[in-house]
Formats: sequence, C-alpha cells, structure tokens
Amino acid sequence: MSTKGIGARLTRKEDGRYMRGRGNFVGDMAMSGLKEVAFLRSPVAHAKIEGIEIPDAIRARVFHNADMKGVRPMRPAASLPGFKQSDFPALAADKVRYVGEMIAACVADTRAEAEDLVEQIIVDFDELPVLANIVDAQKPGATLIHEEWGDNVFVVTSRDDDIDAVAKTAPVKVTRTYDMARQTMNPMEGAGCLAYWDERMGQLVLYSSTQAPHLIRTGLAEHLELEQRQVRVIAPDVGGGFGYKCIMQPEELAVAWLAIKLGHPVRWVQDRREHLVACANSRQHHYQVTAYADEKGRILATDVEVTVDVGAYSVWPFTAVLEASMAGGNLAGPYGLEVCRYKTFSVATNKPPFIPYRGVARAGVCFATELTVDAIAREIGREPHEVRFENLVTPDMMPYTNILNKHLDSGDYPECLRRAVDGIGLEAVRERQAKGEEDGRMVGVGIGMFTEQTAHGTSVFSGFGIPLIPGFEQAKCRVTPDGGLEIYIGVHSHGQGMETTMAQVANEILGIDPDLITVVHGDTGSSPYSTGSYASRAAVMAGGAISRTCKVLAERLGIIGAHLLQCGHHEVEVRDGKVVGPRGEVSIADVAKIWYLNPDQLPDDADPGGLEATGGYKPKVDTGSFTYSAHAAVVAVDVEIGAVELLDYVVVEDCGTMINPLVVEGQTFGGTAQGIGTGLYEESPYDDNGQPLASTFMDYIMPGATEVPDIRMVHMETPSPYTDHGIKGAGETAAIAPAAAIANAVNDALRGLGAEINETPMSPRRVLAALAGARKAAE
Amino acid sequence: MKAAKFDYERPADLDGALRLLGGGGDVYAKVLAGGQSLGPMLNLRLAQPGLLVDVTRIPELTRVEDDGEALVLGACVTHAMIEDGKVPDVTGGALPSVAGAIAYRGVRNRGTIGGSVAHADPAADWPTALSALGAEAVVRGPSGSRTVPVSEFIVGVFETVMGEDEILEAIRIPKLSADARWGYYKVCRKPGEFADAIGAVLVDAEHSVHRLVIGATNAAPVTIADAAEVLGGNGVPGASFDLDAARRLVDGADTNLDDMERHIHAVALKRAVEQVAK
Ligand SMILES: Cc1cc2nc3c(=O)[nH]c(=O)nc-3n(C[C@H](O)[C@H](O)[C@H](O)COP(=O)(O)OP(=O)(O)OC[C@H]3O[C@@H](n4cnc5c(N)ncnc54)[C@H](O)[C@@H]3O)c2cc1C
Repeated sequence: MSTKGIGARLTRKEDGRYMRGRGNFVGDMAMSGLKEVAFLRSPVAHAKIEGIEIPDAIRARVFHNADMKGVRPMRPAASLPGFKQSDFPALAADKVRYVGEMIAACVADTRAEAEDLVEQIIVDFDELPVLANIVDAQKPGATLIHEEWGDNVFVVTSRDDDIDAVAKTAPVKVTRTYDMARQTMNPMEGAGCLAYWDERMGQLVLYSSTQAPHLIRTGLAEHLELEQRQVRVIAPDVGGGFGYKCIMQPEELAVAWLAIKLGHPVRWVQDRREHLVACANSRQHHYQVTAYADEKGRILATDVEVTVDVGAYSVWPFTAVLEASMAGGNLAGPYGLEVCRYKTFSVATNKPPFIPYRGVARAGVCFATELTVDAIAREIGREPHEVRFENLVTPDMMPYTNILNKHLDSGDYPECLRRAVDGIGLEAVRERQAKGEEDGRMVGVGIGMFTEQTAHGTSVFSGFGIPLIPGFEQAKCRVTPDGGLEIYIGVHSHGQGMETTMAQVANEILGIDPDLITVVHGDTGSSPYSTGSYASRAAVMAGGAISRTCKVLAERLGIIGAHLLQCGHHEVEVRDGKVVGPRGEVSIADVAKIWYLNPDQLPDDADPGGLEATGGYKPKVDTGSFTYSAHAAVVAVDVEIGAVELLDYVVVEDCGTMINPLVVEGQTFGGTAQGIGTGLYEESPYDDNGQPLASTFMDYIMPGATEVPDIRMVHMETPSPYTDHGIKGAGETAAIAPAAAIANAVNDALRGLGAEINETPMSPRRVLAALAGARKAAE
Repeated sequence: MKAAKFDYERPADLDGALRLLGGGGDVYAKVLAGGQSLGPMLNLRLAQPGLLVDVTRIPELTRVEDDGEALVLGACVTHAMIEDGKVPDVTGGALPSVAGAIAYRGVRNRGTIGGSVAHADPAADWPTALSALGAEAVVRGPSGSRTVPVSEFIVGVFETVMGEDEILEAIRIPKLSADARWGYYKVCRKPGEFADAIGAVLVDAEHSVHRLVIGATNAAPVTIADAAEVLGGNGVPGASFDLDAARRLVDGADTNLDDMERHIHAVALKRAVEQVAK
C-alpha cells in the first residue's frame, strides 16, 4: 500500500498558504473599476413598505426591488404534501418580514461610502404585528406573514404509529419539553461575493464564498433568466461555511444583477453584524417528548412533537422543509426503536430564514432523544449507559433498516459506547462525585450518541422534491506531461482539507505523490457539475468519483506502459507512480511524456481518450452511509453563579475508512467546539418586536480557546459496505452531540439538587433558574 | 460596518489637544486613546464625530511618576504596561492582576487606563478596581486642572463628570501599606469577556480603609467606603461576611439589576472578601 494514500496522516497541503495569510478570499481580490455594495436592511421585523425616498443626488447609485425588473424571487418548491411556497425576493418588494431583510443596494467606491448612501434612504413603513416566536405564530387569528397562506405553517409532517396499546401497559413513562436556542453559524469568513460581466465570454462571472458553485450557477441563471452557459461561478478560498454557504443567498442574486446592470465589477463583503442579525440562522427546535419504557429502560415507544422556528422564508434550494422533516426522520438515532409517533411543524416567524447547519436537524434531535434516555435512566435508577445498551442496534443486526426507514449500513454501536464509558473513566468520575469538590462545585458526567446519515443521495432528496437533487458525482482527472496529476471536482473545499484528502485518494490508485497532484475545485468553468459540498457528501462522492476515474487512467497508462515494457497489458500493474511489468517498470512521467510529446512511440491500441478522463460514481446504495459516535463529557457546575466548566471530553467516532485520520480529527475538534457553543454559549435571542438582541460578539458568545478542553479522540473504523473504499462522511458529525452530552453531564451534576435543565445554551441564567425551580418545587 | 467620515489630528502636547477639543466651532471632536472602545463605536456608527484627537503621543499622558504618596499614571498608559510591570506597583499586586485579566492581549496592548475610566463602561474593570483602590482622576480643561476620586468621577452608565472640552490626564493611585489586603472577583462568561459582575474589596487598616465596591451593574460602580462594620471590625474580615450579608449590601445599592443579577453580584462580592480573609 502507498504510504501517502488512503489512511495516511498527511499534513494538509493547503495549510501553508492559510497559515501564512496568503489565501485568496473574496475580500482579498482587486480588480480595476471595482465598486463596493452596502445594503439597506430593514430595521423592523414586519411591515408594509409604503414608500422609499431616495435623494436625487444619489438615485443612480441606489437600487431597490422596483429597479430589478425581470429578476425572479426565490420560490423553491418541495413535494411534501401541503407545503406552502414563499416568495423571497433579493430586495424586499412590498413588505419586509424580518429585521435585516434587504431593501436597497447602494454602490460606491468604498464600503464606508456605500454605507453613507444607505443612511440617506428613508423608508416609510406601515408596521404590522410581529410574530417573534412559534407560539404566537400558531395562535388562531395571528397576523399572516404570507397573506395568501391562511396560516403561518410551511408544512406539517407526521407518522402515526398506534401508541395507545404501549401507553396503557408501559411501566415507565417520561415526558419532557426541550428547547434549542436560535443560533448563527459564524464561519471565520462571512459571506461575500464579487461579480462582473465578461464581455469576451458573454458571461456573468460571480466569485462567491460558497460551498456549492454549480448550484449557485443554476440558481443565478434561473432567477436572472440567463442561460446556464452565460453564468460562471467561482468559489475562491472559502473560510468556512457550515451549511450557510450551500444555499443561494439573496446578496448573491442582488450583486450578480448589479454587475450586469452597471457594467463594472461590484462586491459585497458581509460584516459580522449582518451575519449575526440577518443571516445563517439555525438550530431553534422545540420538542415535546413522551417516551414509554420497560423497567430495564428499554424504550417501547416514543411520541414526539417537533416545532421548528424556520423564520420568514424558504431558502433556495433546500426550502423550509428540510429541518423539521429530517428531525422527524432521525428520531430513532442509533436505537432499535419499534414504535414511534411524531408530528413536525415548520412554523414561519418574523425572523431570518432557517438554513441547514452542520449536523442539520440532528443536533436538536440528539439533544431531545439523548436527554430523554437519561431521564429514563434517572427514573428507573440505572446508569444512563446501561439504558443505552438496552436500546442500541447491535452489529449482528447490520445492515438494519429502522422503523423510520433509515438504512444503517454498518458499525458496532455498543462497542462505541463501551469505549466512551471507558475513555471518560466513568467509575473514577463516580468516585470523585462521592468525595465532593473542595471548591464546592458539582461534578457530572454525560453521554450523547447519534448516527449521522452522510452522503445521502438521490433517493433521499427526491423524497423532499426540492429544486435540486444530488445524483451521480463526476471527477475529471488529467495526467500532466511531466507525470503530475490535476483533479477537477465540482464540490468545494471550504476548510475541510480536500486538496489533501482528494489527492490521497488519487494516490491510492495511481501512486502519484500528493505533492505532484493539484485539486482544482470551486469553478464551474473547469469542473464537472456537482450540487456541492453539503450533507457530508464530498469525501464519499468526489472521493469515489476520483477513485473510479483514476482507475480508468491506470488502465490507459497500463496499455502504453506495457507497450514500452514489451509485455501484455494484463501483465502490468500501476502503482507507486509507475507502470510495473514482469521484467521492468516505467514511470508515469515517462508514459505521459510519450503520450503528449512523443506520440510516435505509442502503441496502436492506445486509448485515444488519452491521459485525461471524466468518470462518475454513485454508491451501490445511495441512502447514505451512517457515521456514528459517542461523546462523553465531564463538567463542573458552580451552583452559586451557574457557570459550567468542561473538565474532560472524549469522542469515539466511526466514519468508516478514514482517508486521513488527521483531517478526521481536525473536523472532529472543530465540530465539537461548535457543539460546545450550542450547548453552553451561542444564542440569538429576539425580543417581542422581533428585534435581534445579539448583534455583535459582545452579546453573541462563541467558545474560544479557553472554553474548548483537550478533546480526546478514539477512532473506530468500520468500512461502509456500499461506498468505494468504505468511506463515510465525517464533516458534520461532531457538532451534533456536544449539547446533549454536556446537558446530560450538567443534569447528572445537579441530580442531587433535584434540578434539571432542558434548554440550550446552558447559560448561568438558565442553570440558576433550574436550581431556583428545583428549590421552589421542594418547598 | 465602516465608520462615517471623520478628520484625524494627533497633537504633540496637551494644550494642542485642548485647543482642538474646544475650538472646533460646530465640529464635534472626540478624544481617541487606544481605540478599543471607540473603534467599535465608530464602526457601528454609534459615534460619528467630525474630528478624532489622538492623544497617545502626548508626553504628559504617558508619564509615570511617584509623588511620594501615590503613583501617578498618565491616562495613556496601557493595560499591557501595567500587566507587564513596566510601571511600578504600589498596590501589592492589585494593578497588574486586574490589568492582566482585561480582554485579551491584543486589546491590552492598545487599551489605556485613562480610556477605560473616561469611557465609564460599568462592565469594565478599571472603574471598579480603581474605585476600590481609592484612586483619583486628574482632569485637565481649558481653565486648568482638577482632581476627582474615580468613585465620583463616574456618575452613570458611560457617564462621567468630564466636559467635552476636558481631557483625563492621569490616574493617581495611593500607595497601600505593607499589610493592606485586596480582593477582586469578576464573573464573566469566558476569559476576556466583559464582566457580568465584579466584587472588589480593600482593607488597609493602617490607613483606616475598609472599602467594598459592587461593579459591573447597570449603573456606576457602587462604592461602600465605610465597610469596617460589615466586614467585622478593624481586623481581617471573618466568616460573618456571608452571602446573605453581601446580598443585603447589593440589595441596598443603586444597581438597576434584577433579582438573579443581584444574587450573582452578591456572590462576586462574597468571593472577593473571601480572598482577603484567606
Ligand atoms: C474585545 C474587547 C474586549 C474587552 N474586554 C474588556 C474587559 O474585559 N474589561 C475591560 O475593562 N475592558 C475591556 N475592553 C475595553 C478596553 O479595556 C478598552 O481599552 C478601554 O475600555 C478603553 O480604552 P481605550 O484606550 O481603548 O479608549 P478609546 O477607545 O480610545 O476611548 C474610549 C472613550 O474614552 C474617551 N477617552 C479616551 N481617553 C481619554 C482621555 N484621556 N480623556 C478623555 N477622554 C478619553 C474617548 O473619547 C472615548 O469616548 C475590551 C475591549 C475589546 C475590544
């Protein structure tokens, strides 16, 4: 096996430029004639726009909806019964529906001057009642956010198992309400895009900080009424996305339109305030859970209602249905649940639209189900992990199709849990708890488990009936005349190290050194089509496509090599960057030189396709390969001030065959840090008027170096039976469980005081409120 | 967001700065020190001055002097200089300890002690810490100089006794006696965050000082200058100062806090006192 192929702990090729500050992001670009855009955003959450007053002197540099004739509002469809579509125009038409919604675009030499223009616009609002939460939005007679709907519900999904029989006889019943706070995603680089019209190519060129250049191309063409060939989208270096950048943003549409209209390049770079106030909203789920179990804690049935506060609009193309319907579909988690009834509501409110965020829906589902498991354990007086053992799907059941139609492909869930229990040192923590802390803090330990469907493809997304469904993935690979390799893929690496891992996959097949391989990604002008990097699909899909394509090249290299080695081409093997025959070998570089520069030496049976090929791939079963994981946390709670400190953290993860364990660890550390944010810090609260209360990092607290402990990681590696090389997705998973593991640990710590907390983030205020509630209940 | 347009001057001396502040007619001029509070306010367009007067190159504002009874720190001495011991410490470690826990290093490199006091953010560290230490603010205006205790200098949230044509010139920190003891406890979400609550205490029996300060409220820091009795007499405060005692003080103070916040402030105060008792 190659030492730099699949499985090698190769340091990331891209890090050199990032660590030296030499990346090329949208904000770094210079271009002659470039002007900057600032948007006037709505200061009110719900209002009719009665008029827009723009001083004559600046009228030519200010644009609003009425100026954008012919540009379609985003109105993604979904095939779920009863789904209601919303019109989401790039710039608000007659009404604004959330604070931060864009009303006008202002263009000037600098961003500061563009903001000066923004300040001169006067909008006449006729304010409407505001729906700032799901309760108000569902009240009969509530104001309508989209008048033609008749109510404020995007869609309802449900599953109606008969639960009454179990409910009557089950010895254990626990009922809980869970709430996840609204969050924003906060990649280091916010969104941003730069557009111009390329006269020579007859093309709109949009540079955008996106995860999905092809998807944006399709979206722009459709909404600007251009032909697809008239649009090229390039994603340069992208400083994180987390899902926010896998949708078409209204700003992208507006900037693209401005570039065509004005005939010079224009750019918008999101600032943190825009990000926190108006964009990248996610996570806000509300659960009502009743679980029935036997005396040992085996769950007999669950009855769940999920309500997601999806904000004012459906985003293109994933719509407002994804979150709640995925929440419903993932309720079984890693457990062999037999009876499940659920209902999900996707409720419109006067907040920015919900966008799929790392671990889409699962962070909420995991929180609700894992806290319920612990509640059952407390109810029957068993260790939570023992209750989990009663319920986990076991290896002998694999592959296992659960009642919610999730096809779990492979893995050993109980072993994963065992390693987490051992890893965190459960017994030692219990002893420590018995002794008590010198400083009076309360220590607790908690576990969170989940499965994550990764690289789920056509058959899953077609069920949602959204505008764009992922299918086959292609890669184009080209051996260069000196024996290097160029790989062209349509997914985009926005921080995951794909320039390294994808080179490792090619190395596995051809043996070409990763240092001699360039991964070209993020450019619709050069790569095969791809719906993009989301759903933890890039490593599985692009990895598989590269592997297949490199095999085609290996075959062609073999034919030429065999000719040079004077043997039959079935006698040769391509490895270590060479064509190896029974009596000698020839390097790929030599073969390539002959193909490109000395074709006079080629055999007659050389494939005229040459040393460049495009191949495609889809796993045998496209319902996804299931990564799974157990997170375990130890916390200390200062019960006087409600502060929670993480003392220890263990992640056991199995994402199938690891292309590069170092990269898997990087993804896991980053994801866990984000999950710690969900659990303890991050929150975008709104007041009753729909005003966001966290508009800077003063109020929106992110975990930093001092809040993220040394995360101890344990790898398991069960290849997927369905994907090439057994790869499963690893990008999103770690963000899912931390909130659940930490909450279970906090509740373990507070058990003796009778307090329980079922909300995120577990801020001092919430911890103190839970303690006060327990004291009151005891009185 | 980006700042609205402004002019920028960097005068070489205090008189030049005072002239710029006083003489601009209808130009609204503002002092710029480290820019760590003013910078964000400019960018968010919460402040839109026509002129920034950068005072960081004025020698009088970066001086460090011992006047016998007190240490005089020019207003533009940075948090980092105090943290690093580049200025003398006359407080038994209180000054560098407080300085080192402000924000993170990048902010401390630029942020100034004078800027922090002049800004009068209740959640900031110096207003509370310097009130506890009995420090004074030396203010210079067109008509001369005056000295005001820091505890009286700050009168509300972002509010001081200074006029718009005045400059905070220096902070005067009295020397503590050898067996003086201080305590400082800051509650915040994570290191480098502004405080949710601060409790500060100074017991300097030789100078008959028993001072408590409740900081990071929704008002100016509350100084309890004569705390000898609640602290249990003239000696080292004993166990009688418990959470209830702290809570009574907080409840009695003008803080604009809700019940839970007052509880947290009481804990901070209690823990500060515990540091002195140890
Ligand atoms: C991320 C971050 C975290 C922070 N965390 C903390 C923290 O935990 N604790 C804390 O205490 N502080 C914190 N700060 C604030 C920091 O300490 C600032 O440095 C300080 O508050 C202001 O000092 P400055 O020199 O930067 O003043 P500037 O920002 O330049 O000025 C602040 C205000 O004071 C006025 N001013 C400044 N100097 C004078 C003067 N000599 N005379 C008259 N007026 C003057 C200015 O006109 C302005 O109104 C933080 C800041 C940041 C950016």
